[in-house]
Amino acid sequence: MKPARFDYACPDTLDEALALLAEEGPAARVMAGGQSLAAMLNMRLVEPRVVLDISRLHELAYITANDLYVEVGAAVTQRELLAWPALADKLPLIAQMLPHVGHTQTRARGTVCGSLAHADPSSELPLALALLNGEVVLQSRTGIRTLAARAFHTGLMTTAVEPFELIRAVRFPVLGDAAVTAFTEVSQRHGDFALTAVALTGDRRRIRIGVAGVEDRPKVLDLLWRDDASLQDEIQAKVSTMHGSDDIHASGAYRRDLVPHLAMRLIEEARDALSAR
Amino acid sequence: MRGLGQYADDLAVPRALTHAAFLRSPHAHAELRSVDATAAAAHPGIIAVLTGPELAAIGKPFITGVKTDAPHYPLAIDRVRYMGEPVAVVIATSRYVAEDALELIEVDYAPLPAVVTPGHAATDQSVVLHPGAGSNVLHERQFRYGDPEAEFAAAAHVVTVDTVYPRNACTPIECNVVQASFHPGEQLYDVVANFQGPYTLHTVMARSLGVPGNRLRLRTPPDSGGSFGVKQSVFPYVVAIGLAARLVGQPVKWVEDRLEHLSAATSATNRVTKLRGAFDVHGTLLALDYDQLEDCGAYLRAPEPATLYRMHGNMTGAYAVQNLAIHNRVVVTNKTPTGLNRGFGGPQVYFPLERLMDKAAATLGVDRVEIRRRNLVPADAMPYRTASGALLDSGDYAHSLECALGSERHASLLERQRERRAAGRLYGIGYAAVVEPSVSNMGYITTLMTPAERERAGPKNGALATATVNVDPAGSVTVHAASIPQGQGHKTVLAQVVADVLGIGPHDIVVLMDHDTGKDPWSIASGNYSSRFAAVVAGAAHRAALTIRARIAAIAAADLNVPPVELEFRDGFISSRHNPDNRVPLARTAAKAHWSPLAIPAAAGAGLRETATWTMPELTEPDAQDRVNSSGAHGFIFDLCGVEIDAVTGQAKVDRYITMHDAGTLLNPQLADGQVRGAFAQGLGAALLESFEYQADGSFASGTLADYLPPTACEVPDLEILHDPHPSPLTPLGAKGLGEGNCMSTPVCIANAVADALQTSVDTLPLNPARVHALMQAERGGADDDATPTAAPGSTPEDQLPAALHPAPETAAADDGHGMTGEGSTTIRAAPDAVWSCLNNPGQLRALLPGCKAFEQSSDGEYRAELSLGVGPVRGLFDCRFRFTPVVAGAQLRIDGGATGALGASSGTAIIRLDDVLQPDGASGTRLDYRYSVTLTGKVAAVGGRLLDGASRTLIGQMIKALASAAEPEREERGTWASRLGAGLRSRWSDSGDSES
Repeated sequence: MKPARFDYACPDTLDEALALLAEEGPAARVMAGGQSLAAMLNMRLVEPRVVLDISRLHELAYITANDLYVEVGAAVTQRELLAWPALADKLPLIAQMLPHVGHTQTRARGTVCGSLAHADPSSELPLALALLNGEVVLQSRTGIRTLAARAFHTGLMTTAVEPFELIRAVRFPVLGDAAVTAFTEVSQRHGDFALTAVALTGDRRRIRIGVAGVEDRPKVLDLLWRDDASLQDEIQAKVSTMHGSDDIHASGAYRRDLVPHLAMRLIEEARDALSAR
Repeated sequence: MRGLGQYADDLAVPRALTHAAFLRSPHAHAELRSVDATAAAAHPGIIAVLTGPELAAIGKPFITGVKTDAPHYPLAIDRVRYMGEPVAVVIATSRYVAEDALELIEVDYAPLPAVVTPGHAATDQSVVLHPGAGSNVLHERQFRYGDPEAEFAAAAHVVTVDTVYPRNACTPIECNVVQASFHPGEQLYDVVANFQGPYTLHTVMARSLGVPGNRLRLRTPPDSGGSFGVKQSVFPYVVAIGLAARLVGQPVKWVEDRLEHLSAATSATNRVTKLRGAFDVHGTLLALDYDQLEDCGAYLRAPEPATLYRMHGNMTGAYAVQNLAIHNRVVVTNKTPTGLNRGFGGPQVYFPLERLMDKAAATLGVDRVEIRRRNLVPADAMPYRTASGALLDSGDYAHSLECALGSERHASLLERQRERRAAGRLYGIGYAAVVEPSVSNMGYITTLMTPAERERAGPKNGALATATVNVDPAGSVTVHAASIPQGQGHKTVLAQVVADVLGIGPHDIVVLMDHDTGKDPWSIASGNYSSRFAAVVAGAAHRAALTIRARIAAIAAADLNVPPVELEFRDGFISSRHNPDNRVPLARTAAKAHWSPLAIPAAAGAGLRETATWTMPELTEPDAQDRVNSSGAHGFIFDLCGVEIDAVTGQAKVDRYITMHDAGTLLNPQLADGQVRGAFAQGLGAALLESFEYQADGSFASGTLADYLPPTACEVPDLEILHDPHPSPLTPLGAKGLGEGNCMSTPVCIANAVADALQTSVDTLPLNPARVHALMQAERGGADDDATPTAAPGSTPEDQLPAALHPAPETAAADDGHGMTGEGSTTIRAAPDAVWSCLNNPGQLRALLPGCKAFEQSSDGEYRAELSLGVGPVRGLFDCRFRFTPVVAGAQLRIDGGATGALGASSGTAIIRLDDVLQPDGASGTRLDYRYSVTLTGKVAAVGGRLLDGASRTLIGQMIKALASAAEPEREERGTWASRLGAGLRSRWSDSGDSES
């Protein structure tokens, strides 16, 4: 469990990092907190020629907010975002999710954008990105482009990040005051990758349900408020075509069949929250 | 925590130290045709690459307790029998370089069918793992005590349970470590390893190293990062690394990593049991009949099949029943060899036994506590000889049970259950009564021999414990014992025990627990296992201290002019009991023993060092009727718990847990409770989370701690620990073992609660959410259609393929319904004949294979290619062979193939069907339906876990899309593979796997 030989670069400036990426392209892997990549390196599942450590890029260590979105730079750890004072106000869904992302120890190193880059199908943060319709800001030496969640996360552990690009930041939209959010997941141990994770955003008119852990990437269902039975039927119908993956812990069918039940729990929570206003 | 421990990996290393890495089999079962290490040996920094025959030339196979022709060597010779079995060892200047070279060793494996389940192994139809043994059943014996047949014939009720205990293991933080050198002048192996015993294995190791015992100097480090029995599994590596050090002429170090540990170190045995119980109308247990099928993995590694016999005297548990039948079979399967594990043999027995008591209660309509109460061994029968020979030394089980229930405790639990159930929630209560044996008899394993065989072999018995107390010329005290602590607090307890005898402070005593077989006292039973420390090792230290005190007293008595019996040892002084002012410092008397040996009484002996080596006289060898007192002391446990189950997810949550222990005298109550908490956590893991999973082809699927799930602090609820001590009359200090009990009681107690919550039968573990969910579905009888899981992913009606595609591909995976299967379809803008010709055109085939580096057609329809395959950042080079067989010319094709690479090996079958469809623009198109079944083995299978299914679907989807692209007549310019996978294709092809609602 020792990695194959690689060069390690830990530049001080974003320009240096982008220059190195332009030069090395697919031979380089960007590392921020290393909470997924280091394990894959040690198991020799990934053998890059260069590991580019961006954790010391001060230019990417920022959280900014405006009325529309919160932007989290690629060097921001999950713990730093969790400790950001405005989090519960601006991004209540992320505040609900982050305690489920690994453990205190892994959140201290793991970054928000690193979790998106890893694109694990059960991860909470890619689910948040999809459900909130967030954007990912990619940067290369030739420029900056912004991808919507759906264009960013293209498949199982696969994103649209090109070899010469890195994730500069993620933008999570700020929901209005009328919005409610809710989150739940089923995992065998706290901090494990979820068997199924379900999140909700909604207001008095609409409900959006996001599902992770079932398919290769998060899936979002758009619904209108109706009576419970109709909502459950509609969710049931929409998830019935999902391709759940089997593994030693659970069948794909189990993961998929949890969705309507978990979603209805969240809907009940949302209804209570809305009526309390 | 100060980081000052001295663990095996922290110790000083010799000059010229080299580092080892093992090449391990990716296959569960395969002929080893050849191992070519030429390229690896030529790699810079590589000192040697050693294979099985090279080590075998200077060593010998491991001996086992069962006489059979199933040789086991430290490196595989001509066949591999489990995934992870060592095939070669690379010795290099660093571990990094050694691992680089692993990838350069070329091994030609010819896979064989794997034997995975013990039930299959026991049939004549299974492939024989060890041809010399002639069968996969390596041991079989029947035992009969009392008159079980008559009792079953006359019984009012016969209750039967069929249980499957899974594979699991307690998981130490520190993995195995060996550092070995060979001194040619003395022909001596000098090894430091974090071995924990039993020292019976020293003999096994020395023999395999080809030297007498005195030429294997085995040293253990001062500190251990945990063992729970598991470190016993280091012994084959002591031999492998020792032989390697001899061959390369340099010291060699090996540190097992977590991947190696999980896949190839050891596990508890998995066991299939049919247990029948005969009861009278009142619920009195009249007889038990066990049929035990024990799975020891690929080799019977010493001391196996000890897991099966450790409990032999205790098969009747806590119950007074004298009629007992036992049928034991031991099989080998293509899984990691088993060995010591906390609770050794206990959970495998108590899972069926305590499930049986619950089932009997239900059958007879008796309360579950009451049926246990009625059958407990009564206090006035102590010491009680069980049917199969154990001597239950002390206890008042009924009293302990009542203490556990308490005046309020049980009542409040029942009330809690009533409340939850009234609210429509699933809440169950579990009970378990367990006798916890400790201090293994060195002769118990010989119960597997017939009395006649034992007669010829000579008796084995006892359990020698060894401890030394030394008083130096300054009067300071050092204690040592041949027990190899693994973090339990031996030093604390030994210091207390000796300090009390010598009248000094425990902090004045130094206890050194690292061990050196070359210099320190030890015996065959030495080591840290079978909860023997408190019961006998501390007792041996106590005896050594008493002897030292008597000798010191003889000196002081002469000086103080009082008889020795009137002397008191207190606060560092020896004084007259009647005249405390008449005293002498202990240090002064000790100095006299060293400085003036001619001036002390003869009764004081010479020097002040005393080693006590002691055994329990009750640990006699098995008798002619196969009765054996398999353990020296017997604790009692009664557990009760409340478990709530989430009706949607199936998650079981332990709400309350109460555990009552009679462990005799508690030498240190705080350490005792620590032992109970640790065993409880591991018992909880076994109940709810932990299982080593193997696929139908024998590939190991729990290779990381993301897939093998020991509980963390978050998952372990608080528990209420109670003690009702009844000191053992047989151990020196009245102590009985207690460190393993909850590994025996907790799994079945929780299982009983889950069964109670769901009002269903629970016959296997772990009770993870998916399994509990399945139990709930079975209980509902599928009435709730909405929640009934479908058989396989993608098998919803929309995705059903034409029936012609459904005959399962004839792979092992498909036959067993395991492995990964999937299906999908896509539409191609080309006529079926164009697609067909593309599939049968080698030139086009090459172009459509992802990451193709080399391609050749070996014969008609057979191809070999070197492909770079991967998902996301994970990518590896694979040597692939595949065969195309037309099923229906122009319309249906079968592809069989296999791939091997550093990441693992894969084999599978796909069926592709082409149908004419009309394109929206009126052009002819093809609907392509595919169905596949693949199995994966090796590293990626072990560590890829939950992502493998999706990854294989992704890879196959990639190939199908590439095919579509290749067949497409007006296709756009062909770019790189990566760009072809890009957005363009994704939007052009409607792939069912990509559909969005």
